Amino acid sequence: MIKVQEQDFDVGGELAAMADGKTDIGAVVSFTGLVRDGGGSIRKMTLEHYPAMTEKRLAELEAAARKRWPLDEVLIIHRHGELSPGDRIVLVATASAHRQAAFEACNYLIDWLKTEAPFWKLEETQLGETWVDAHDGDAAAAARWK
Amino acid sequence: MKILYFAWLRQRIGVGAEDLNKPACVTTVGELVAYLIEDKSKAYATAFREMEAIRVAVNQEYVSFDRQIENGDEIAFFPPVTGG
Repeated sequence: MIKVQEQDFDVGGELAAMADGKTDIGAVVSFTGLVRDGGGSIRKMTLEHYPAMTEKRLAELEAAARKRWPLDEVLIIHRHGELSPGDRIVLVATASAHRQAAFEACNYLIDWLKTEAPFWKLEETQLGETWVDAHDGDAAAAARWK
Repeated sequence: MKILYFAWLRQRIGVGAEDLNKPACVTTVGELVAYLIEDKSKAYATAFREMEAIRVAVNQEYVSFDRQIENGDEIAFFPPVTGG
């Protein structure tokens, strides 16, 4: 399931709902991404995205993960709009009968999301606004799943 | 066709979306960029200066600059993505 939204999400509630009423799921693995302010200078971060393409790319990533691993549930929630340091940005969660598939698929999804999903981060500090640069490390992390 | 710009490309050009009837001389994404750069009504030349830092999608799919385009296409230009 893909959700692209402005509002915050409740991690505990979302994860509980994934396995609710099901008894064949043995593992739920999740990744939560937060707005990080390493230098203590970020006032706010604005996430811009390309709505039609975001939905499409995330759905394709979910389908690719389901093809590669035996997954019962996949959940990706990505926020957009104005956020503050410490705010949640993204939740990726996978549920499977066994932990290995859930761990690997969760890792795969966040690695690809970072290099494929059309989101852009604009950071605002005292000095003004800066678009965050893409990291070469993210592309390398995604490429190891090829 | 519909042309979309995101992040610093949108800021430099000054609009997020515009409609354009495909000129006869334009058959690929690369030719569209060359056509836009010639148009001095907006800061296209400045925006497209760092071509290696620009990604393109046609109808919401990543493509390369030699991709053929049609009049009904949605063409989006943007910097490398930074979500997650």
